[in-house]
Amino acid sequence: MDPILVVDDDPDDVELVRRAFRRLRVVNPVRVASDGEEAVAYLAGTGPFADRLANPLPALVLLDLKLPRRSGHEVLDWVKAQPVLRRIPVVVLTSSGERRDVDRAYDLAANSYLVKPVRFDDLVRLIGELNVYWMILNEPPGLGAEGDP
Amino acid sequence: MSVLLVEDNPDDVALIQRAFRKANIANPLRVVTDGEEAVAYLAGRGEYADRARHPLPVLVLLDLKLPKRSGHEVLAWLRSQEGLRRLPVAVLTSSREAADVNRAYDLGANAYLQKPVGFEALHELVGTLNLFWLILNEKPDLCS
Repeated sequence: MDPILVVDDDPDDVELVRRAFRRLRVVNPVRVASDGEEAVAYLAGTGPFADRLANPLPALVLLDLKLPRRSGHEVLDWVKAQPVLRRIPVVVLTSSGERRDVDRAYDLAANSYLVKPVRFDDLVRLIGELNVYWMILNEPPGLGAEGDP
Repeated sequence: MSVLLVEDNPDDVALIQRAFRKANIANPLRVVTDGEEAVAYLAGRGEYADRARHPLPVLVLLDLKLPKRSGHEVLAWLRSQEGLRRLPVAVLTSSREAADVNRAYDLGANAYLQKPVGFEALHELVGTLNLFWLILNEKPDLCS
Protein backbone atom coordinates (compact mmCIF):
# COMPACT_ATOMS: atom_id res chain seq x y z
CA MET A 1 0.00 0.00 0.00
CA ASP A 2 1.51 3.31 -1.10
CA PRO A 3 2.06 5.78 1.72
CA ILE A 4 0.77 9.31 2.12
CA LEU A 5 3.64 11.73 2.70
CA VAL A 6 2.78 14.44 5.20
CA VAL A 7 5.22 17.36 5.08
CA ASP A 8 4.71 19.40 8.21
CA ASP A 9 7.11 20.79 10.80
CA ASP A 10 4.58 21.18 13.62
CA PRO A 11 4.50 17.93 15.67
CA ASP A 12 1.04 18.78 17.03
CA ASP A 13 -0.38 19.19 13.55
CA VAL A 14 1.29 15.95 12.43
CA GLU A 15 -0.25 14.12 15.35
CA LEU A 16 -3.71 15.54 14.56
CA VAL A 17 -3.43 14.48 10.91
CA ARG A 18 -2.27 11.00 11.96
CA ARG A 19 -5.18 10.73 14.40
CA ALA A 20 -7.62 11.82 11.67
CA PHE A 21 -6.30 9.11 9.32
CA ARG A 22 -6.55 6.51 12.09
CA ARG A 23 -10.07 7.57 13.03
CA LEU A 24 -11.06 7.15 9.36
CA ARG A 25 -9.36 3.73 9.22
CA VAL A 26 -7.30 4.73 6.20
CA VAL A 27 -5.02 1.80 5.49
CA ASN A 28 -2.29 3.71 3.65
CA PRO A 29 0.65 4.30 5.97
CA VAL A 30 1.39 7.91 6.83
CA ARG A 31 5.02 8.97 6.40
CA VAL A 32 6.24 12.28 7.74
CA ALA A 33 8.90 14.71 6.57
CA SER A 34 9.35 17.58 8.99
CA ASP A 35 11.05 20.10 6.74
CA GLY A 36 11.39 20.92 3.06
CA GLU A 37 14.84 19.34 2.68
CA GLU A 38 13.62 16.08 4.15
CA ALA A 39 10.61 16.06 1.81
CA VAL A 40 12.89 16.50 -1.22
CA ALA A 41 15.27 13.78 0.07
CA TYR A 42 12.36 11.38 0.59
CA LEU A 43 10.90 12.01 -2.86
CA ALA A 44 14.29 11.88 -4.57
CA GLY A 45 15.23 8.74 -2.65
CA THR A 46 18.50 10.17 -1.41
CA GLY A 47 20.40 9.99 1.90
CA PRO A 48 18.46 8.13 4.59
CA PHE A 49 15.68 7.43 2.07
CA ALA A 50 17.82 5.70 -0.58
CA ASP A 51 16.07 2.35 -0.05
CA ARG A 52 12.87 2.64 -2.12
CA LEU A 53 11.44 -0.57 -0.72
CA ALA A 54 11.57 0.84 2.78
CA ASN A 55 10.64 4.34 1.58
CA PRO A 56 8.21 3.91 -1.32
CA LEU A 57 7.00 6.82 -3.40
CA PRO A 58 3.80 8.23 -1.94
CA ALA A 59 0.39 8.10 -3.61
CA LEU A 60 -0.25 11.62 -2.33
CA VAL A 61 1.74 14.43 -0.73
CA LEU A 62 0.12 16.70 1.86
CA LEU A 63 2.30 19.78 1.91
CA ASP A 64 2.43 22.56 4.45
CA LEU A 65 3.80 25.88 3.15
CA LYS A 66 5.64 27.39 6.11
CA LEU A 67 8.51 24.95 6.54
CA PRO A 68 12.11 25.16 7.73
CA ARG A 69 15.05 24.84 5.30
CA ARG A 70 12.92 24.77 2.13
CA SER A 71 9.45 26.27 2.02
CA GLY A 72 6.48 24.31 0.74
CA HIS A 73 6.48 26.48 -2.39
CA GLU A 74 10.11 25.54 -3.00
CA VAL A 75 9.36 21.84 -2.51
CA LEU A 76 6.46 22.15 -4.95
CA ASP A 77 8.62 23.95 -7.49
CA TRP A 78 11.22 21.18 -7.21
CA VAL A 79 8.74 18.25 -7.42
CA LYS A 80 6.86 19.65 -10.41
CA ALA A 81 10.15 20.10 -12.29
CA GLN A 82 11.05 16.39 -11.97
CA PRO A 83 10.17 14.26 -15.02
CA VAL A 84 8.23 11.46 -13.29
CA LEU A 85 7.75 12.70 -9.74
CA ARG A 86 5.78 15.66 -11.07
CA ARG A 87 2.81 13.36 -11.63
CA ILE A 88 2.41 12.69 -7.89
CA PRO A 89 -0.64 14.62 -6.67
CA VAL A 90 0.43 17.33 -4.23
CA VAL A 91 -2.29 18.82 -2.05
CA VAL A 92 -1.30 21.89 -0.09
CA LEU A 93 -2.64 21.68 3.47
CA THR A 94 -1.81 24.80 5.40
CA SER A 95 -3.24 27.29 7.83
CA SER A 96 -2.71 30.16 5.39
CA GLY A 97 -5.63 31.14 3.20
CA GLU A 98 -3.80 34.22 1.95
CA ARG A 99 -4.41 35.05 -1.68
CA ARG A 100 -0.67 35.26 -2.47
CA ASP A 101 0.05 31.82 -1.01
CA VAL A 102 -2.89 30.22 -2.82
CA ASP A 103 -2.09 31.74 -6.21
CA ARG A 104 1.63 31.01 -5.96
CA ALA A 105 0.87 27.36 -5.11
CA TYR A 106 -1.33 27.01 -8.23
CA ASP A 107 1.30 28.77 -10.33
CA LEU A 108 3.75 26.10 -9.16
CA ALA A 109 1.23 23.40 -10.19
CA ALA A 110 -0.24 22.32 -6.86
CA ASN A 111 -3.03 19.83 -7.56
CA SER A 112 -5.25 21.27 -4.88
CA TYR A 113 -5.12 23.70 -1.95
CA LEU A 114 -6.84 23.13 1.38
CA VAL A 115 -6.90 25.31 4.46
CA LYS A 116 -6.37 23.40 7.72
CA PRO A 117 -9.51 23.67 9.78
CA VAL A 118 -9.18 24.72 13.40
CA ARG A 119 -11.43 22.09 15.00
CA PHE A 120 -10.40 18.43 15.03
CA ASP A 121 -13.83 17.21 13.88
CA ASP A 122 -13.58 19.48 10.85
CA LEU A 123 -10.10 18.14 10.14
CA VAL A 124 -11.43 14.57 10.26
CA ARG A 125 -14.18 15.54 7.81
CA LEU A 126 -11.68 17.22 5.50
CA ILE A 127 -9.26 14.28 5.59
CA GLY A 128 -12.21 11.95 5.00
CA GLU A 129 -13.18 13.80 1.81
CA LEU A 130 -9.57 14.04 0.77
CA ASN A 131 -9.21 10.30 1.20
CA VAL A 132 -12.34 9.47 -0.81
CA TYR A 133 -11.35 11.88 -3.52
CA TRP A 134 -7.62 11.28 -3.90
CA MET A 135 -7.12 7.73 -2.66
CA ILE A 136 -10.31 6.11 -3.95
CA LEU A 137 -11.78 8.02 -6.90
CA ASN A 138 -8.76 9.65 -8.46
CA GLU A 139 -6.87 7.59 -11.04
CA PRO A 140 -3.24 7.52 -9.85
CA PRO A 141 -0.40 8.29 -12.25
CA GLY A 142 2.26 5.76 -13.20
CA LEU A 143 5.55 6.46 -11.49
CA GLY A 144 7.70 3.95 -13.34
CA ALA A 145 10.07 5.02 -16.08
CA GLU A 146 9.13 8.12 -18.03
CA GLY A 147 6.07 7.52 -20.19
CA ASP A 148 5.60 4.12 -18.60
CA PRO A 149 2.62 3.02 -16.56
CA MET B 1 -19.12 30.02 -10.11
CA SER B 2 -19.83 27.76 -13.07
CA VAL B 3 -18.36 24.41 -14.04
CA LEU B 4 -17.32 23.92 -17.66
CA LEU B 5 -17.96 20.44 -19.01
CA VAL B 6 -16.03 19.58 -22.18
CA GLU B 7 -17.71 16.49 -23.58
CA ASP B 8 -18.75 15.50 -27.09
CA ASN B 9 -21.02 12.57 -26.28
CA PRO B 10 -24.60 13.88 -25.85
CA ASP B 11 -25.60 10.86 -23.72
CA ASP B 12 -22.73 11.50 -21.31
CA VAL B 13 -23.59 15.21 -21.20
CA ALA B 14 -27.21 14.38 -20.33
CA LEU B 15 -26.13 11.94 -17.61
CA ILE B 16 -23.69 14.38 -16.05
CA GLN B 17 -26.30 17.16 -16.14
CA ARG B 18 -28.77 14.84 -14.41
CA ALA B 19 -26.19 13.89 -11.79
CA PHE B 20 -25.50 17.60 -11.11
CA ARG B 21 -29.23 18.26 -10.70
CA LYS B 22 -29.73 15.22 -8.48
CA ALA B 23 -26.79 16.25 -6.29
CA ASN B 24 -28.40 19.72 -5.93
CA ILE B 25 -25.27 21.46 -7.11
CA ALA B 26 -25.92 25.17 -7.25
CA ASN B 27 -23.10 25.92 -9.69
CA PRO B 28 -24.37 26.15 -13.25
CA LEU B 29 -22.93 23.57 -15.61
CA ARG B 30 -21.88 24.92 -18.98
CA VAL B 31 -21.22 22.53 -21.83
CA VAL B 32 -18.95 22.73 -24.84
CA THR B 33 -18.74 19.79 -27.19
CA ASP B 34 -15.30 19.85 -28.75
CA GLY B 35 -11.75 20.98 -28.01
CA GLU B 36 -11.91 24.09 -30.24
CA GLU B 37 -15.07 25.26 -28.52
CA ALA B 38 -13.44 24.70 -25.10
CA VAL B 39 -10.51 26.90 -26.11
CA ALA B 40 -12.87 29.56 -27.54
CA TYR B 41 -14.93 29.56 -24.34
CA LEU B 42 -11.89 29.81 -22.06
CA ALA B 43 -10.18 32.43 -24.21
CA GLY B 44 -13.44 34.42 -24.44
CA ARG B 45 -13.38 34.47 -28.22
CA GLY B 46 -16.10 34.48 -30.90
CA GLU B 47 -19.53 33.79 -29.48
CA TYR B 48 -17.99 33.64 -25.98
CA ALA B 49 -16.54 37.17 -26.08
CA ASP B 50 -19.02 38.46 -23.49
CA ARG B 51 -17.51 37.42 -20.15
CA ALA B 52 -20.57 38.55 -18.23
CA ARG B 53 -22.64 35.95 -20.08
CA HIS B 54 -19.87 33.36 -20.33
CA PRO B 55 -17.90 33.69 -17.10
CA LEU B 56 -14.70 31.78 -16.47
CA PRO B 57 -15.48 28.52 -14.68
CA VAL B 58 -14.11 27.55 -11.27
CA LEU B 59 -13.54 23.99 -12.49
CA VAL B 60 -13.15 22.31 -15.88
CA LEU B 61 -14.30 18.72 -16.39
CA LEU B 62 -12.41 17.59 -19.45
CA ASP B 63 -12.97 14.53 -21.60
CA LEU B 64 -9.91 13.37 -23.55
CA LYS B 65 -11.28 11.95 -26.78
CA LEU B 66 -12.73 15.06 -28.40
CA PRO B 67 -13.25 16.29 -31.96
CA LYS B 68 -11.04 19.05 -33.43
CA ARG B 69 -8.67 19.34 -30.45
CA SER B 70 -8.12 16.51 -28.00
CA GLY B 71 -8.46 16.97 -24.25
CA HIS B 72 -4.68 16.67 -23.94
CA GLU B 73 -4.27 19.53 -26.43
CA VAL B 74 -6.79 21.69 -24.58
CA LEU B 75 -4.89 21.01 -21.33
CA ALA B 76 -1.52 21.90 -22.88
CA TRP B 77 -3.00 25.13 -24.27
CA LEU B 78 -4.64 26.05 -20.96
CA ARG B 79 -1.46 25.58 -18.94
CA SER B 80 0.42 27.92 -21.27
CA GLN B 81 -2.08 30.77 -20.84
CA GLU B 82 -1.09 33.44 -18.34
CA GLY B 83 -4.59 34.16 -17.04
CA LEU B 84 -5.90 30.59 -17.11
CA ARG B 85 -3.07 28.32 -16.03
CA ARG B 86 -4.23 28.13 -12.41
CA LEU B 87 -7.69 26.92 -13.32
CA PRO B 88 -8.36 23.48 -11.78
CA VAL B 89 -8.90 20.82 -14.43
CA ALA B 90 -10.22 17.37 -13.61
CA VAL B 91 -10.02 14.94 -16.50
CA LEU B 92 -13.25 12.93 -16.70
CA THR B 93 -13.02 10.21 -19.29
CA SER B 94 -13.77 6.58 -19.95
CA SER B 95 -10.10 5.78 -20.59
CA ARG B 96 -7.89 4.57 -17.81
CA GLU B 97 -5.00 3.67 -20.07
CA ALA B 98 -1.67 4.46 -18.45
CA ALA B 99 -0.52 6.48 -21.47
CA ASP B 100 -3.60 8.74 -21.21
CA VAL B 101 -3.38 9.08 -17.44
CA ASN B 102 0.33 9.85 -17.37
CA ARG B 103 0.18 12.30 -20.27
CA ALA B 104 -2.65 14.17 -18.53
CA TYR B 105 -0.59 14.53 -15.33
CA ASP B 106 2.48 15.50 -17.34
CA LEU B 107 0.45 18.29 -18.96
CA GLY B 108 -0.68 19.58 -15.57
CA ALA B 109 -4.10 18.01 -14.93
CA ASN B 110 -5.13 18.55 -11.30
CA ALA B 111 -6.94 15.23 -11.11
CA TYR B 112 -7.98 12.31 -13.30
CA LEU B 113 -11.30 10.55 -12.92
CA GLN B 114 -12.67 7.61 -14.79
CA LYS B 115 -16.34 7.93 -15.80
CA PRO B 116 -18.18 5.31 -13.81
CA VAL B 117 -20.55 2.98 -15.61
CA GLY B 118 -23.89 3.20 -13.76
CA PHE B 119 -25.84 6.38 -12.99
CA GLU B 120 -25.70 5.81 -9.23
CA ALA B 121 -21.90 5.66 -9.31
CA LEU B 122 -21.83 8.81 -11.43
CA HIS B 123 -24.15 10.56 -9.00
CA GLU B 124 -21.79 9.66 -6.13
CA LEU B 125 -18.75 10.79 -8.10
CA VAL B 126 -20.37 14.14 -8.90
CA GLY B 127 -21.31 14.56 -5.22
CA THR B 128 -17.69 14.02 -4.17
CA LEU B 129 -16.40 16.25 -6.96
CA ASN B 130 -18.69 18.99 -5.76
CA LEU B 131 -17.68 18.66 -2.14
CA PHE B 132 -13.99 18.51 -2.91
CA TRP B 133 -13.56 21.02 -5.74
CA LEU B 134 -16.44 23.44 -5.26
CA ILE B 135 -16.61 23.54 -1.47
CA LEU B 136 -13.34 22.45 0.18
CA ASN B 137 -10.73 23.40 -2.38
CA GLU B 138 -9.38 26.94 -2.12
CA LYS B 139 -9.85 28.58 -5.53
CA PRO B 140 -7.08 30.39 -7.35
CA ASP B 141 -7.43 33.96 -8.50
CA LEU B 142 -7.29 33.89 -12.30
CA CYS B 143 -6.55 37.51 -12.99
CA SER B 144 -3.57 38.59 -10.89
